[in-house]
Amino acid sequence: MRVTVRLFARLRDITGASELGRDVAPDATIRSVWRQLVAEFPDLRDYERSISSAVNADYARMDQKISDGDEVAFLPPVSGG
Amino acid sequence: MVPLLSIGNAPLSLEPLIALVADRGHETGSDGAVATFLGLVRNHNAGRRVQYLEYEAYEPLALRAFERIAEEIGRHWPGVRLALHHRIGRIEIGDASVAIAAASAHRANAFSACRYAIERVKQIAPIWKREFFEGGDVWIEGATADPDDEMARAKAERAACA
Repeated sequence: MRVTVRLFARLRDITGASELGRDVAPDATIRSVWRQLVAEFPDLRDYERSISSAVNADYARMDQKISDGDEVAFLPPVSGG
Repeated sequence: MVPLLSIGNAPLSLEPLIALVADRGHETGSDGAVATFLGLVRNHNAGRRVQYLEYEAYEPLALRAFERIAEEIGRHWPGVRLALHHRIGRIEIGDASVAIAAASAHRANAFSACRYAIERVKQIAPIWKREFFEGGDVWIEGATADPDDEMARAKAERAACA
């Protein structure tokens, strides 16, 4: 199945894209998508402990399973205000 | 019509937010206080001379975060009405990045809700600022956004009620 990955701030700088389409395994979780990205962009590893995530624009845990067509977002530590 | 919660590129001011939240009708006007907060871009940070900031957001989730903050305030301070606008894009020194207004029958709840709102924005809203300073630029990274982190929420509540 295929998902759309959204990346923000420094994660976007590291990958060079704010949006990536990726094929993932049928039983993929948010974490497995993250690991797939880390393998592709090793500099992302620094964010392993500090990212949070969302699926279809709603907060989600890293162990959440994802479905075909989902939008998976990775959020580096936030700095609004 | 101006929404209670918004995120966008337009310059911010407090007056529309105050007009939105404050009930000043002769018959219905039960509000005794509006507390406001305006967050400004300042010209220095961590020893650097800041030239301007660029904000970006995951907009649909940022709006959900604002809704969540408004719900938390509704639970903790019943009757408080909140308006919260965040600006994104390039913002110059002295201009506002965030505007908040909280209206209540009494000033204590208005102040608390307003402070709570900005603390929670900084904790959970998927918004990022990039600082452009003399000689370079850097993404500012603060809190890991986890709306279910009860320790963080309690910290915001303590700040609000101090």
